[in-house]
Amino acid sequence: MSGHMNLTLKIWRQKSDKEKGKLVTYPVQNISPDMSFLEMFDVLNEQLITKGDEPIAFDHDCREGICGMCSMYINGRPHGPKRGVTTCQLHMRSFKDGDTIVVEPWRAAAFPVIKDLTVDRSAFDRVIAKGGFISVNTGNAQDANNIPIPKTDADAAFEAAACIGCGACVATCKNSSAMLFVSAKVSQLALLPQGRVEATARVKNMVAQMDEEGFGNCSNTGACEVECPKGISLENIALMNREFFVANIK
Amino acid sequence: MSNTSTKFIQSSLGKKLLMGLTGLFLISFLIVHCLLNSFIFLNDGGILFNEGAQFMANNPIIRIMEIVLFFGLIAHALQALVLTLQNNKARPVKYTVKDGKANSKWYSRSMGILGSLLLLFLVVHLSHFWIDTKAAQFDGTIAEHNTYLEMIEVFHNPINVAVYLLGILALAYHLLHGFPSAFQTMGWNHPKYNGLIKKTGTLFSIIVPLIFAAMPVAIFLGWIK
Repeated sequence: MSGHMNLTLKIWRQKSDKEKGKLVTYPVQNISPDMSFLEMFDVLNEQLITKGDEPIAFDHDCREGICGMCSMYINGRPHGPKRGVTTCQLHMRSFKDGDTIVVEPWRAAAFPVIKDLTVDRSAFDRVIAKGGFISVNTGNAQDANNIPIPKTDADAAFEAAACIGCGACVATCKNSSAMLFVSAKVSQLALLPQGRVEATARVKNMVAQMDEEGFGNCSNTGACEVECPKGISLENIALMNREFFVANIK
Repeated sequence: MSNTSTKFIQSSLGKKLLMGLTGLFLISFLIVHCLLNSFIFLNDGGILFNEGAQFMANNPIIRIMEIVLFFGLIAHALQALVLTLQNNKARPVKYTVKDGKANSKWYSRSMGILGSLLLLFLVVHLSHFWIDTKAAQFDGTIAEHNTYLEMIEVFHNPINVAVYLLGILALAYHLLHGFPSAFQTMGWNHPKYNGLIKKTGTLFSIIVPLIFAAMPVAIFLGWIK
């Protein structure tokens, strides 16, 4: 078929966290440029299963760019060469016939490999459990305009809340720092009156958990902001720096 | 929600703030150093330059600040070492392919190497000028100490000139990332002022190293006698 591509894939295979992994080369033929990167993986896995080989384990769920599961480090970048997309939204037309594509898992001490390209991101869940919420008494929802919130604050909080917790920021950071993720979660609550009530304890606890999980330290290279599929801004990191400092002198 | 966190300075954010603040302090020293040294461009045979050097050697506030400066430098370097070791531990298995240039500047990813080069340069620099001045202070000959002549002598050696230019280049790139980075760490990030911080940082990182670089070059080429 015309326009279809033949590619060489070099994919990280690793049986478990305990064992060492290595890159294994797989040639794939007749790949449609309109396939998503994950669909290309489905084709490869079907081939492997037909041959009686172990299919490649990779995370995926919604396949519409909102769940943050499809963690793949493609040719040296999280979610591949395009900006503002997750792997499921990356299409094979972003590559050329004959390309060699190297696919690795997220690499961070805090994200141990489970198998092949799947990593354990429960470190993020433990950070959230330390304060990524507000404590409220349940009951009827308040009237919509009971608490007036400036439009700029509402927008900034909304943009921070767009974080899908995919971990691309950690994956691309030279220090495996989780600052962009944690700061997005701190910001989305710190910017709103409902979140202000517990703001002091929240930022302290979430930063402490982030450190305990073994993420590295932010050195402001800005790589996370560039690679974030949801365009989370470095302004959130600055906001968390302020919040954390103020919380500690209180 | 109860607070279960550790001490500020033990946290990653606290350590980074110390890096930023000590960095800005060292930057403030660079301004003083650069201004005073610029007296050599008057080409007056080093009269005003040596007066400046004498003032710096004898003023008690400067003597105290010299000690503070050393502590600032040591804190900055040691904290960098601690942070770098932690950062290396945070990624025990490295990527086979990593496209760093796609999302960040090389010098922002090389602050540790640039800083180490600067530290090596400082050893050479202090052994050229600071140690002699200290010796003169201690044996009471500081009044006759001619820093200007010493400078002329050092920069007639082409190897020294090359070492200084390399050191200054490392400084320029270290500042180019460090200056705006310190503000981000202090939480100063606002669309209205980001441009100003970035521009000021870039200008500072070009102008100050250029003035410093002009000194050995001008002496070596004989423009300053």
